Amino acid sequence: MAWVTQTLSSSLGRKVIMSLTGLFLCSFLIIHAAGNLQLFKGDGGRAFNEYTYFMTHNPLIMTVSYLLYTSILVHALMAFILTRHNQASRPVKYAYSKPEANSEWSSRNMGILGTVLLLFIIIHMRTFWFEMHFGSVPMAEYDGKEYKDLYRVVQAAFGELWYVTLYVICMVAVGYHLWHGFQSGFQTLGIRHKKYTPLIEFLGKYFFAIIIPAAFAAMPIYVYLQVHHII
Amino acid sequence: MKLESKIPEGPLAEKWARHKFALKLVNPANKRKYDIIVVGTGLAGASAAASLAELGYNVKAFCYQDSPRRAHSIAAQGGINAAKNYQNDGDSVFRLFYDTIKGGDYRAREGNVYRLAEVSVNIIDQCVAQGVPFAREYGGTLANRSFGGAQVSRTFYARGQTGQQLLLGAYSALSRQVANGKVKLYTRTEMLDLVVEDGKARGIVVRNLITGKIESHSGHAVLLCTGGYGNVFYLSTNAMGCNVTAAWRAHKKGALFGNPCFTQIHPTCIPVSGHYQSKLTLMSESLRNDGRVWVPKTKEDAEKIRKGQIKPSDLGEEARDYFLERRYPSFGNLVPRDVASRNAKNMCDEGRGVAKTGLAVYLDFADAIKRDGLKTIEAKYGNLFEMYEKITGENPYETPMMIYPAVHYTMGGLWVDYNLMTSIPGLYALGEANFSDHGANRLGASALMQGLADGYFVIPYTVGDYLATIGPADKLPVDAPAFKEAEQKIQAQVNKFLSIQGERPVDDLHKELGHIMWEYCGMSRSADGLKIAKQKIQALKKEFWTNSKVLGDAGEMNQGLEQAGRVADFIELGELMVDDALNRNESCGGHFREEYQTPDGEALRDDANYTYVAAWEYQGEDKPELLNKEPLEFENVKLTQRSYK
Amino acid sequence: MKITLKVWRQKNSNTPGKLVEYQLDNVSEDMSFLEMFDVLNDSLTRKGEEPVAFDHDCREGICGTCSMYINGRAHGPQTGATTCQLHMRSFNDGDTIVVEPWRARAFPIIKDLIVDRLAFDRIIQAGGYVSVNTGSAVDANEILIPRTIADEAMDAAACIGCGACVAACKNASAMLFVSAKVSQLAILPQGKSEHKERAERMVAQMDSEGFGACSFTGACSVECPKSISLDHIARLNREYLGAKLSSDNIQG
Repeated sequence: MAWVTQTLSSSLGRKVIMSLTGLFLCSFLIIHAAGNLQLFKGDGGRAFNEYTYFMTHNPLIMTVSYLLYTSILVHALMAFILTRHNQASRPVKYAYSKPEANSEWSSRNMGILGTVLLLFIIIHMRTFWFEMHFGSVPMAEYDGKEYKDLYRVVQAAFGELWYVTLYVICMVAVGYHLWHGFQSGFQTLGIRHKKYTPLIEFLGKYFFAIIIPAAFAAMPIYVYLQVHHII
Repeated sequence: MKLESKIPEGPLAEKWARHKFALKLVNPANKRKYDIIVVGTGLAGASAAASLAELGYNVKAFCYQDSPRRAHSIAAQGGINAAKNYQNDGDSVFRLFYDTIKGGDYRAREGNVYRLAEVSVNIIDQCVAQGVPFAREYGGTLANRSFGGAQVSRTFYARGQTGQQLLLGAYSALSRQVANGKVKLYTRTEMLDLVVEDGKARGIVVRNLITGKIESHSGHAVLLCTGGYGNVFYLSTNAMGCNVTAAWRAHKKGALFGNPCFTQIHPTCIPVSGHYQSKLTLMSESLRNDGRVWVPKTKEDAEKIRKGQIKPSDLGEEARDYFLERRYPSFGNLVPRDVASRNAKNMCDEGRGVAKTGLAVYLDFADAIKRDGLKTIEAKYGNLFEMYEKITGENPYETPMMIYPAVHYTMGGLWVDYNLMTSIPGLYALGEANFSDHGANRLGASALMQGLADGYFVIPYTVGDYLATIGPADKLPVDAPAFKEAEQKIQAQVNKFLSIQGERPVDDLHKELGHIMWEYCGMSRSADGLKIAKQKIQALKKEFWTNSKVLGDAGEMNQGLEQAGRVADFIELGELMVDDALNRNESCGGHFREEYQTPDGEALRDDANYTYVAAWEYQGEDKPELLNKEPLEFENVKLTQRSYK
Repeated sequence: MKITLKVWRQKNSNTPGKLVEYQLDNVSEDMSFLEMFDVLNDSLTRKGEEPVAFDHDCREGICGTCSMYINGRAHGPQTGATTCQLHMRSFNDGDTIVVEPWRARAFPIIKDLIVDRLAFDRIIQAGGYVSVNTGSAVDANEILIPRTIADEAMDAAACIGCGACVAACKNASAMLFVSAKVSQLAILPQGKSEHKERAERMVAQMDSEGFGACSFTGACSVECPKSISLDHIARLNREYLGAKLSSDNIQG
């Protein structure tokens, strides 16, 4: 098995791990966003709560969710290792450098963006995941069946302006991260072709970097406006 | 000294095959007992080092560059000739041989040139096998183009970077042998002396250019693959570091120097723009396939162009003189380099030159663009046009290019026999460093061919003959007195350079030498001018040794110090070139003596008196060198006045 | 033109360096950037100050020797060009120009603006070749290579090994350099038989030299004097992964 460890600890192997975990997390974003669209239903949270119940009780989803947590950890850890390695590759910095002439800001700041996202994920999970699993969430009853009323937790959290602002800022970070990250992941896997790369770039930039984060950002804003009876 | 060329007997086409059979072989198991030193890692050096290591010899390869991949062979643009006759246009080994002999104005050996033409076909095979991405047709076969001095398409090319691709091929073969442990590389290391004992080459003394340390390396044979000496003119198309030091110091140890005055001026270079100019950039000769060379018909129009009052496009066809097409209707713009260069110079001498300096002629692509379309021209020459625009700031798609001849290649070099061995047993010279195959003028796309022929297909056979003769025990250890003395001498010279502490930077003295050489020993020469040059060079030599200025220390990287050694040697070589040019009372190829020309200004050879190689023998500091003559015999070609009309 | 230069001066690899300021008053816009350095060195030498050491050789953009980081960019502001092809007309009268050496752990400084790029040679030695001995080649036209393939291989083979890719990369990664060679030989039929070992060995050597990983910022390709495409990096990734998954090499 020496070849496996050797491969995965090579610079290319590490990037492959980044790519696979990253792309997996991208796929999760679609599901997460699609599910959370229930928030917009305007049914007092019933669809949303039924959806969260499904997500926390379906064995397949539960298995995948552990894979997801692992991916986040591995992605972050590997990023940390790579960043350290990359920084060590240039021990003396340039006195004057002008990288904006040759590359996009997002591509050069994936580490910072990623750190912001990691902090966000921690806060996010503390607010919702932790509450859902270990907190005292009020219950709601639909058709004689009890559900944890996560919708109330959401309303409480997104009722706070600072929390909504934090969310929106973090979604901008997600956008920048994916603007580069999605297509870069394919490059790392060697998937690059005259015919398909433009499609991947289009998807990465417009769907993953703009539409998805915009959808996520719309949720707290919508809930905030609703809670405060502005709409 | 009796010069033995060792050209084998027998019919021309069988000489090389017979000779290969006659050469002694080294038993495969014994090859590992021999050490071979290769100086220079260009086409000749890298190909030789790789091929010898593949055979099993232990090779040490030296270069002054930071990597063997940077040797100046890399800059060759146009292509490499080979008598493949893939185009079915009448080419053959004999025709390539004939063109090369004729192009060289009958001042090269038939035997050598024939062998060159013969192995040319193997070179292409070898390079393709290494992964050299030569240009191809859509069906996958190799593409060819025509080149100056030939009426067949036999030139193989990789865009405008043929030299680069061939060198990287040889470099990859060399790298493979480094990985195999059969070649040890010494980069940023400059050879400063040859060690000779018992009349045989024993090794070299080098300076490590990073630490300044002087070291010796011993070997059974030494191969000098150190390129040409065009930088004696200061301005040339050579790289800044190209130098004659290795060859010159071998010369001072007894190796004869052949035909030093045979230098080639390339017609299509970007003209000089100012006094600060450090080098001249070549535009590939292939441009002459489609570009038309012209100057204004009248001096008055030329004057207006120089002053910027009119543009070239303001002159209609009737006001232009396409002088090459006019004078040489059958070859037109594709005449050999020396002819094209001299004609350009004549036009400028007549006052019809263009550019601010008046030292340029036009190379115009307007007609070609009209005929073939912009796309075709861009595909063929795009990178060259870009390069031109970067340097001059002008767009050659819109306004004609300006070109002027510049020193490009030196046909002269260390005298070698058919085995490529110099007059010192065990010392070989390959590629541009030797004098052997191009006579008085080299045809386009033949330098790459010769470098690789020598390295891949000649030296692997011939060096074995010498090694088998001497045996593995015949080697001098590096702590032998001969090495120690040489090291001390070099150290003393290094210290001397640092101790002069005069007024003038070495580069400035080099520039002055260049002016003298270009003025009096350049595109055209005269006895009177050469005599003036000799005096000026001698005065410059004194100036150098009393008034040069080198700063820094000996025990560190010191580029000024490196340059000092090279310029000191160039000055001495310059004097020998002048002597040689003065001795050769004829015009041939790149050597044009004003006194010897036909009524219409073409080179006038004197076959009765000068059909020989002038091989100069060093006699000691400041003593005139001794001329040895190797007569050239022609059995297969008839000596004729070269005519490209 | 008047130019203020801030040049990195460093005596040797063991001594710390610093930026030193020089004034030049008579700079012609037709001068090449390196000719401007020649003028500077001439005046320094005459004044008895040690001239600036810098790498240069062919001065026509092909040998890959010159290596200056000019005003924050590898080979200066021009794209598709080496330092030696840069001319002063790219600058304005009165400009201040900062000139530094390539900076990377794998390219230690030797003196002033000169760095050691032997790491590149060692990477090529690890597998950047076709194993064919002199004399054992078949006729060149027996290997048919369609023009499009030959062109693509040539695009990759155009690399001059200058190291601008490493210099420009925020991670000092050598991926563009390595990929150019791997890609050239992977595209051509001649290189096919060894393509797996080549990718494995060259990447292993690249890693051991201390270059960073590829973040796909694209800076390398933009600053590459030969504009080598990022496609080759993708191909290297593909080659490497394919090799790792399918080669017989179980030792790694």
